[in-house]
Amino acid sequence: MAILHLEHLAIDLQTAGRLRRVVHDVTFRLAEGEAVGLVGESGAGKSLTSRAVIRLLPDGARVHGAILMEGRSITDMSRESLRSYRLSEVAMIFQDPRAHVNPVRRVGDFLTEALVERGEDRKKALEIVTGLLATVGIEDAERRMRQYPHELSGGLLQRVMIAAALSISPKLLLADEPTTALDVTTQSDVMVHLDAQRRGRGLAMVFVTHDLELAIAVCDRIAVLYAGHLVEDSPAAHLHEKALHPYTRGLLASRPSPTLRRERLAAIPGRPLSGLEVQEGCVFCSRCAHAQERCQKERPVLRELGDARVACHRAEELLEGGRSGGADGAEFEVRVGDRG
Amino acid sequence: MADRPVGLREPGPPPALEVEHLVKVFPGPRSAGGFLAVDDVSFCVPQGRSLAVVGESGSGKTTLARMIVGLERPSAGRIAVAGSARSWRRVSSAERKRRAREVQIVFQDPYSSLDPRQSVRRCIEEALVLHFDLDRAGRTARVEELLEQVRLDRRHADSLPKRLSGGQRQRVAIARALACAPKVVICDEAVASLDVSIQAQVLNLMSDIRNETGVSYLFISHDLAVVRQVSDDIVVMRRGRIVEAGPADRVLDAPEHPYTRRLLAAIPRPGWRPAPSQEEVGTSS
Amino acid sequence: MAGTGTPLLSAAGLLEEKRAGGGLLRDPVVLVSTGIIVLLVVIAVFAPFIATANPDSSNILAVNEAPSAAHLLGTDSLGRDLFSRLVYGARLSLLGPALIVCISSAAGTVLALAAAWFGGFFDQMVSRAADVLFAFPGIIFAIVAVSVFGRGLVAPVIALAIAATPYVLRVTRSVALRQRRLPYVAACYVEGVPAWRIGLRHLLPNVAPIILVQATLAFGYALVTLAAISYLGLGVQPPSATWGLMVATGQAAILGGHPEQSLYAGVMIVLAVVAFNLLGNRLAAHLET
Repeated sequence: MAILHLEHLAIDLQTAGRLRRVVHDVTFRLAEGEAVGLVGESGAGKSLTSRAVIRLLPDGARVHGAILMEGRSITDMSRESLRSYRLSEVAMIFQDPRAHVNPVRRVGDFLTEALVERGEDRKKALEIVTGLLATVGIEDAERRMRQYPHELSGGLLQRVMIAAALSISPKLLLADEPTTALDVTTQSDVMVHLDAQRRGRGLAMVFVTHDLELAIAVCDRIAVLYAGHLVEDSPAAHLHEKALHPYTRGLLASRPSPTLRRERLAAIPGRPLSGLEVQEGCVFCSRCAHAQERCQKERPVLRELGDARVACHRAEELLEGGRSGGADGAEFEVRVGDRG
Repeated sequence: MADRPVGLREPGPPPALEVEHLVKVFPGPRSAGGFLAVDDVSFCVPQGRSLAVVGESGSGKTTLARMIVGLERPSAGRIAVAGSARSWRRVSSAERKRRAREVQIVFQDPYSSLDPRQSVRRCIEEALVLHFDLDRAGRTARVEELLEQVRLDRRHADSLPKRLSGGQRQRVAIARALACAPKVVICDEAVASLDVSIQAQVLNLMSDIRNETGVSYLFISHDLAVVRQVSDDIVVMRRGRIVEAGPADRVLDAPEHPYTRRLLAAIPRPGWRPAPSQEEVGTSS
Repeated sequence: MAGTGTPLLSAAGLLEEKRAGGGLLRDPVVLVSTGIIVLLVVIAVFAPFIATANPDSSNILAVNEAPSAAHLLGTDSLGRDLFSRLVYGARLSLLGPALIVCISSAAGTVLALAAAWFGGFFDQMVSRAADVLFAFPGIIFAIVAVSVFGRGLVAPVIALAIAATPYVLRVTRSVALRQRRLPYVAACYVEGVPAWRIGLRHLLPNVAPIILVQATLAFGYALVTLAAISYLGLGVQPPSATWGLMVATGQAAILGGHPEQSLYAGVMIVLAVVAFNLLGNRLAAHLET
């Protein structure tokens, strides 16, 4: 059974006094121990989707569709079961650790908080988190736990957040751009521990990021979001060779490479649309080099294709074409006049 | 240190930008001696070429950029644009105006680098009025020319920044910089906040602009992939010092300094796995 | 480093910007309070056309009269038409606060922009001077000014304007400082835009909304303080009419069974102050979104 199951998830946000749909249609299953990367540009709805799983949405937000954790609906949970769900089954790591930690409490108190809340003996809790700090590469745990958050660097604090998340031994980890604010070398240092702990403990993870390469490196599957829609869900291992959706291929091709200088980057024309701006037809068709009349009229549904799922009318066709030499994204010519 | 010493002057026409032994000490603690943000940095950018200064937070790269455009005063060292050196006396308004035609800057955050109450047209015109003796028609024509140059639709000329996307705002910032017709444009993490697909558009645009105008670039960036795409030469900085410098291909294909190797190894790419970056490997330069 | 701003609400942000302008005109509190303020201003400006009698002509044959067709609100203890006095009273009652707000806003803004721009020693000087002024309550300041320069409108107005300046300065300075650190100001500097022009064309328009809010709130406070000074007999002298003075002169009639003479003026003061304060609060709330 899937540990997490999102079925036609849609989220409305309260804006200017009325509800407007920001996330439209996200469906995926996450098996036990599996990691999925939620990838997309700004406005895609990836953060909101991950927050819906732990019911951390802005005031007045409304959720449609189903979010099931081991078969139990999260949207219908009572306050009491939501509390125990957050204390024992799911943990979240945020982009800005400083905004999610009480600045006047010591690191040790913060780390043991959830365990003590759960009824663990304080001394036992301290023992557990000391061990956890070592597993995320923090050597002098004793000293760190007596320090305050502002005394720790960003990378160190994020590792503390990971230890805090692991302390409740959750089944599911939600990571929302956990390394975006960090330097590249620090990102690598943090990711190595997050990745090792997740795999070692068999944790399921929803990893939200705008960095497709990073997601491919640490996730089993990649779910690409665009304008509030899930447009592709593919195994990470084959994504470079076999990305199905034109948007995914565009993302892969537009990122410059540290090893190869291109004459021109294969930019996707136009700008990323948010879920608020969705029009008739395929959500990506205004930026797609392969759009046809059908794409402008009819919204493609997410369908199975091999071991992946994609929402594109022309996926098979393009896959064939891509095999004959277009996989480097050369088909994404820059259309002058249609600009971001 | 490098195949072709990036820090030394070559024979021929004077470089667009030349920086020699630049030092910046911020007053304050670190045992009362102050904080040494930039420590003896030298390099030059030949005319029409593009140099990238690469480093992580705390490397001093942003302080370096701010000194070159005159937002900070260097503690010691020399900055010369097109062969003429600057003095460090208090800067008059006229001197500031003269320097504006030498070096311009594009900042990282497209949301705060434009005056929210100024339309695109007025923003660009402000620079034109200051630096060129154009009549109204001439200014209008030049604004449209600049908008065309940054591939921004004429329709947006009278929009306020809040009506524009991040990528469009960054194009306006580039047009504003070009309006002064500078010799060097400094891009301080100018594409770091943009979405991937927009980042590619702006990087392409920058290389087009270089081909069209012959302007020189100084890229300040933490992103080696971006740097490879846009620069001819690279200077790697760490804790205020240059640790490695050389042609972009050489530095990125055969990095000599361990820190450069660490930076390169940390970039996610096909086949990449996260690995400990081995902090504190070799801090000497 | 590669921060993508606020990914969660970036989509929602697009909408909120649209709301800021339109929402103000749809807010009933804003509409009602603005309506009251406009009405008061119209009354003050067109007083000669609205008043039914000369406000200063007394008639000892018709003292303390009840409201009638001839005297809409009755007469006071000197037989003066209360309605007309109330209407004419609007002039000086509103002119004083208006002057105070204009002077203090102008002085506070100029000092704040200069302090934010130059920073360093000048900023320190200005801020410390403001701290010293904070120590004196405005009304004490005004009473001292009156005792030195004599009664009337001018002395209290100048004194209260000086007392209000530090408040404008403090708020405006902090907003201007925040603006000053934004890259668009640095871009102007690098472009060679002269300092005065950056202050006037870039900083000022961006701090103007907060100055407006402050001015609106300060107006209510200034009105009450000036009324109190009038009431104490230190402000505008009789027979000129101000609402504060009318409360004071009506006091004698309260014991004579005519409390309404003070009450009318009191209601006007409360109405004006509440209108300005509500408007100021709503403006501030709308600016924050």
